[in-house]
Amino acid sequence: MTEELTFEKSHPSAPPPRLPEAGVEAAPRLPANLLRKRPPALPRLSEPEVMRHYSRLASLNYSISENFYPLGSCTMKYNPVANEQAARLPGFAELHPYQDPETIQGALELMWRLERALCEIAGVDRITLQPAAGAHGEWTALRMIQAYHLARGEERSEVIVPDAAHGTNPASAALCGFRVVEVKSAPDGRVDVGDLEAKLSNRVAALMLTNPNTLGLFERQILEVSEMVHATGAKLYYDGANLNALMGICRPGDMGFDAVHMNLHKTFTTPHGGGGPGSGPVGVKADLVPFLPRPTVERENGRFFLDSERPQSIGRVRSFYGNFGMLVRAFTYIQAMGGDGLTQASKDAVLAANYVRKRLEGVLDLPHEGPCMHEFVASARNLAPQGIKALDLAKGLLERGFYAPTVYFPLIVPEAVMVEPTETESKATLDAFAEAVKEIVELARTDPDELRAEPRSLPVGRLDEVRAARNPVLRWRPDGESD
Amino acid sequence: MAERYYTESHEWVQAEGDVATVGITDFAQSQLGDVVFLELPSVGRMLEAGDSFGVVESVKAASDLYSPVSGSVVEVNEALSDNPETVNRDPFGAGWLIKVRLNGDLGEGLLDEAGYKAVTEGQSH
Repeated sequence: MTEELTFEKSHPSAPPPRLPEAGVEAAPRLPANLLRKRPPALPRLSEPEVMRHYSRLASLNYSISENFYPLGSCTMKYNPVANEQAARLPGFAELHPYQDPETIQGALELMWRLERALCEIAGVDRITLQPAAGAHGEWTALRMIQAYHLARGEERSEVIVPDAAHGTNPASAALCGFRVVEVKSAPDGRVDVGDLEAKLSNRVAALMLTNPNTLGLFERQILEVSEMVHATGAKLYYDGANLNALMGICRPGDMGFDAVHMNLHKTFTTPHGGGGPGSGPVGVKADLVPFLPRPTVERENGRFFLDSERPQSIGRVRSFYGNFGMLVRAFTYIQAMGGDGLTQASKDAVLAANYVRKRLEGVLDLPHEGPCMHEFVASARNLAPQGIKALDLAKGLLERGFYAPTVYFPLIVPEAVMVEPTETESKATLDAFAEAVKEIVELARTDPDELRAEPRSLPVGRLDEVRAARNPVLRWRPDGESD
Repeated sequence: MAERYYTESHEWVQAEGDVATVGITDFAQSQLGDVVFLELPSVGRMLEAGDSFGVVESVKAASDLYSPVSGSVVEVNEALSDNPETVNRDPFGAGWLIKVRLNGDLGEGLLDEAGYKAVTEGQSH
């Protein structure tokens, strides 16, 4: 079942849409060439028809609220309902960003307390809560590092990024104007320290790392890496995408990271993806603090205020104070869990990943030695003799009611299948997932054509991704209309 | 026909006189899957061997393209912008990417057929 667009459903027996009064006076005398020749062809539907349209669309959606979502590297955590209750409290939900700070003391206190909690978790001195997503956090951190070097009279033009990195790392570095230098992974899946040594120089502004890395492996030599990087005067940046493995167990700041980004929409249970928006706070050690985006939230004599008097600040990176609703949700989660609870969450996330990994031994290829951290990367290359690819495995999982793991990432593993179960899933769910993978691998051997025809029972089958990429249709047009 | 040489990053190069034609290998296109977009340099761009000269994007991934040679770009395969699938269909022929007027000889460090085969055998499934 698919759903037609409202434009396609439109019928003349329904009244035209009733638009609210604009609330402002119409602009006087717009030039004729800017005026429409005819009224816009807005869809005409009755109110129940509109309601049913969107309810049906919602029923076609797939979300963490309905089923298992092991999308590797994305930490698709359960979003607790308590978070939503807190975010809907009128004192948070009905604020206006231009309100006098004296009238929003509770909101400022929440930001102040959230900053302290995240500092404790990440091992940093101060945090900006402004960035609106993970990549935005990366960019903000690199801008601060750039400002730090410039303030010392050093123009450093390169940023080193591992070949297993999230694609956003080189993209953020390039957007900041850095030249991206790639460092290789060693055969054990960790940063090749010899190659790093060769790439380090006084041109390097920073090394960007995620730990555990995208293969789900802890970078054991992190202290040595940190020493090497700092010896050249460069800074160490932590991509917090995989922080869910470490809460309460070890801290990026203690590993030597100077700037640490965190995704509230991953590690701290705020909605991820379409349900967002995201939030990507960045923490820094003392020598980067002067460069934090302004304003910061400060406390004096028990009152909270916004401090914009920060002469070395890189400036504002987001309108107002970031995605405040997400800050309320993350703070609620941290308070509800407490330190012990967060530590247990990370331990359970690691346990769940290792359990699934163990259950898939002999089913898929496991190119790196375990144990893993909160996620692991398998390879579907063992299905190549049947002409079956990671993509076919992913489609088979959709047919069996699961969201597919991340496929074809990281790029250094052929036919990669990246699984991140997260800590809240029951053993029964993990078992059902492992059984589904086994069933698909068996089907690949006995009837690969059947597998290639899946999914069969979903609203749509195999989409023509190539045609969609080559000839994207980005908007609906009335018959006969073109650009 | 001049001999074709290869890079470890899966480009090929073939020189006729002082102009070298550059593309990606059949192995590269098979690993990438269906190519949907190519970002290629402008004519006149100066390249050093090892410089990134563009991006090839498939449904699976986007990868940088690295020049096997030093010189200036004298021609770009414009036909690919409408038909990127040509890179999949005929990577060593109609799917060529750029032509470069060489600064001197082909550099050292390029692989011959046998050397490149050894590289791909190490990486294939």
